[in-house]
Amino acid sequence: MRDPASTPRPAAHERPVILDVHNISLSFGGVKALTDISFDVREHEVRAIIGPNGAGKSSMLNCINGVYQPQQGSITFRGQQFRHMNSRQVAEMGVARTFQNLALFKGMSVLDNIMTGRNLKMKSGLLAQAIRFGRAEREEIAHREFVEHIIDFLEIQLHRKTPVGRLPYGLQKRVDLGRALAMEPQVLLLDEPMAGMNVEEKQDMSRFILDVNDEFGTTIVLIEHDMGVVMDISDRVVVLDYGKKIGDGTPHEVRGNPDVIRAYLGTTH
Amino acid sequence: MDTTANTFPRLLLAHAARQPDAPAVREKDLGIWQTWNWAAVAREVRELACGLASLGFRPGDNLAIVGANRPHLYMAVIAAQSLHGVPVPLYQDAVAGEMVFMLEDAEIDFVIAEDQEQVDKLLECRELLGRATRLRHIVYDDPRGLRNYEQPGLMSYERLIEAGRAHDAAHPDFFAQSVATGDPADVAVILYTSGTTGRPKGVCQTHASFIAAGRGGVETDRLGPGDNIMSYLPMAWVGDHLFSVAQWLVGGFTLNCPESAETVMNDMREIGPSYYFGPPRTFEGLLTAVSIRMEDAAAPKRWLYAKCMALARRVGADILNGAKVGLMDRLLYALGNLLIYGPLRNVLGMSRIRVAYTAGAAIGPDLFRFYRSIGVNLKQFYGQTETCAYVCLQQDGKVKLQTVGSAAPGIELKIADDGEVLVRGVSVLKEYYKRPDATAEVLDAEGYFHTGDAGVLDAEGHLRIIDRAKDVGRMAAAEGAAAGAMFAPNYIENKLKFFPQIKEAVCFGHEREEVCAFINIDYEAVGNWAERRGLPYGGYVDLAGKPEVLALVADCVAKVNADLAAEEGMADTQIARFLVLHKELDPDDDELTRTRKVRRGFIADKYAVLVDALYGHKRDQYVETQVKFEDGRTGVVSATLTIVDAGRFPPMKAAA
Repeated sequence: MRDPASTPRPAAHERPVILDVHNISLSFGGVKALTDISFDVREHEVRAIIGPNGAGKSSMLNCINGVYQPQQGSITFRGQQFRHMNSRQVAEMGVARTFQNLALFKGMSVLDNIMTGRNLKMKSGLLAQAIRFGRAEREEIAHREFVEHIIDFLEIQLHRKTPVGRLPYGLQKRVDLGRALAMEPQVLLLDEPMAGMNVEEKQDMSRFILDVNDEFGTTIVLIEHDMGVVMDISDRVVVLDYGKKIGDGTPHEVRGNPDVIRAYLGTTH
Repeated sequence: MDTTANTFPRLLLAHAARQPDAPAVREKDLGIWQTWNWAAVAREVRELACGLASLGFRPGDNLAIVGANRPHLYMAVIAAQSLHGVPVPLYQDAVAGEMVFMLEDAEIDFVIAEDQEQVDKLLECRELLGRATRLRHIVYDDPRGLRNYEQPGLMSYERLIEAGRAHDAAHPDFFAQSVATGDPADVAVILYTSGTTGRPKGVCQTHASFIAAGRGGVETDRLGPGDNIMSYLPMAWVGDHLFSVAQWLVGGFTLNCPESAETVMNDMREIGPSYYFGPPRTFEGLLTAVSIRMEDAAAPKRWLYAKCMALARRVGADILNGAKVGLMDRLLYALGNLLIYGPLRNVLGMSRIRVAYTAGAAIGPDLFRFYRSIGVNLKQFYGQTETCAYVCLQQDGKVKLQTVGSAAPGIELKIADDGEVLVRGVSVLKEYYKRPDATAEVLDAEGYFHTGDAGVLDAEGHLRIIDRAKDVGRMAAAEGAAAGAMFAPNYIENKLKFFPQIKEAVCFGHEREEVCAFINIDYEAVGNWAERRGLPYGGYVDLAGKPEVLALVADCVAKVNADLAAEEGMADTQIARFLVLHKELDPDDDELTRTRKVRRGFIADKYAVLVDALYGHKRDQYVETQVKFEDGRTGVVSATLTIVDAGRFPPMKAAA
């Protein structure tokens, strides 16, 4: 899918590590969701996390995102190590995410939904914003311009003023991605960006993910069920099963890993 | 606007001098309409031309232009012309395999492409061209996704403009001199014909002919500064070149480029163009959308709509034509305008339309009347790539539904003995690019261009296009008559297909005494009709054979016959008998082409038994047909088809 000639860049192992997950363990009461997970994400790569249902993929994402606090282990982001973070801090550091079950404001327009992604970047006060006065107005114009670039990028000009609830599912997913992009993230976490889509929508979404990666240089961590998609678009894949890491490497390596085949891809015993 | 300049670049400079601040082009970008005034367009064209010259673009070179309607691409057209080069717009949706033919034929070295999609395709073309060292320079307008491309000869529009500025600074007289030495007899553009018949041919049109065509249209409809047009149809299509380049530069009005192909309707509502072109299917789509929404409206609104539309049907078209209408009706129409027609035009984005044109295919009479009756001045024109799409125009106040209007200013029309329309005049092509053989085929010694269309001129000199000339046949001579009537199957079939109940029709009559027809019902429309009437049916074959359905179709056929009876020379081609086919004509069974045109000869052979039954005056006929299913299996459909006599009418002279 990716044309190597058109995107010359250093091989995966040469690029610096942007996010390092070290010995993460997470349990809810007696249930061990994650056990001793370590992996790294290098700058400008597309990193996939795969695994059967209940393997701990979303929990892993939630740990990186600061939604869950792991009991053990540490996460290093751009050389800065942390154990306890809340999601706002993580967002301010440049990590954005989309959700498996869309969390958009259904009654608001596409434009307004994506504008909410600029929230952290707004410097003027609530009152100034409300009456659109002076600096607040200039600020809004600048943010709107940025958002318009995203709308252009995602090809949703036609739906700019449409309430999100009226859009088909595939387009809502695109708006969700747009809102995450509005944060100008360095790392983008995508939780099953292609769940419930038809083949054509999946192709569109794959193209947008690769474009984001290329155009903005955003590092992408994604969870996905569709093996075809994962193998096509990711640089490296982590495989989880029952909260444990059972494989890590390029799509080709992972596909050949006997543990992975047994656990996930299915095998005859 | 007085426009005497005789090449397109000079026209541009004349506007830039006379109305430098008037808007020339708009494009919606990032949600906002961006405007270039005439001075800005002239400046950018100058920079672009100098940029191309600095890359080595020489007089006589061709510049391919590939992309959607973007201001920069329109400017590239004039830039190439300023250098005595020739712009060659190509269809942006063509695949590399198709495009490569044009690129090779026109010996293209320079391309301006819209975006990554087109650049990828051009790079593919470069590989397909192999060793031929063509396509040396590819300039792209939208840099998105192209940052990491390192193929030789790729360059962004911005860099080209910078190079142009530098070149301009070093050679300040270059541009003005190049424009000053342009000759109106130079080729201004090469437009490729679609090539449905054989290989595409490059049609060479000169500045003089396209300017004449543009001026004719501008003067007929009094277009000028202040008028707005949406440019949304492919730039490679002759119509867009006529409207968005020739008429634009002659008239000096404003082009408006949409944000994207999907947003055209929204953008149009925002701009409120005063001048609009759409193929019939666009107008049909708009009407369908309105009808569906009206059916969902509340009862009082539906009532009001029905009342107003009935009035509009009765007097609307006459009011637009300037005919006599009673005072009471005029008052009621004004009220209707306030309540329904005005708001409706607004929803359609047509509030400010002074002139709207349609062409390219036959437009249904109901559709045409609908727009005219609500006050949209919809007109038809006729022409082809070889005539700058400028042969006939319907003049205000003289719009007749059946015709495409009278000869446009500067055009002579003649009907050949075999019915073919011949055209001579200002807009006729210079030649086909590098194809003297093909040129000789269509241009005769007297300078007439052979259109390939069969037509009739009526008493007022209005042209009625009937069919493709090669499809037109002759009826067998009736007893006592010297020659049979002209038989135009497509013309009759189109009339039949305007009824929503009829999906396809095939007419026979060449060298026969009577016309007979096969009819395909539209399963959805007729099925719906049957359901509403509580008529039970079990599948297509059963529905097609119902006596009620036959009566329904007979009604449609009778209306077509009544129409034909009222037309000069057509009365003898009324449909005598028809039958409703038991299966849908299908490209999988080779009965239709992939573009859904009926293959008359093949059908006549395949269903010879039915044709014989029609002409053998039988009452019904049993038939078995093999059909191919989508998965490749075959099966047999059989039915006994009833042959129905159609109501025919005595010929009558059309009123007026």
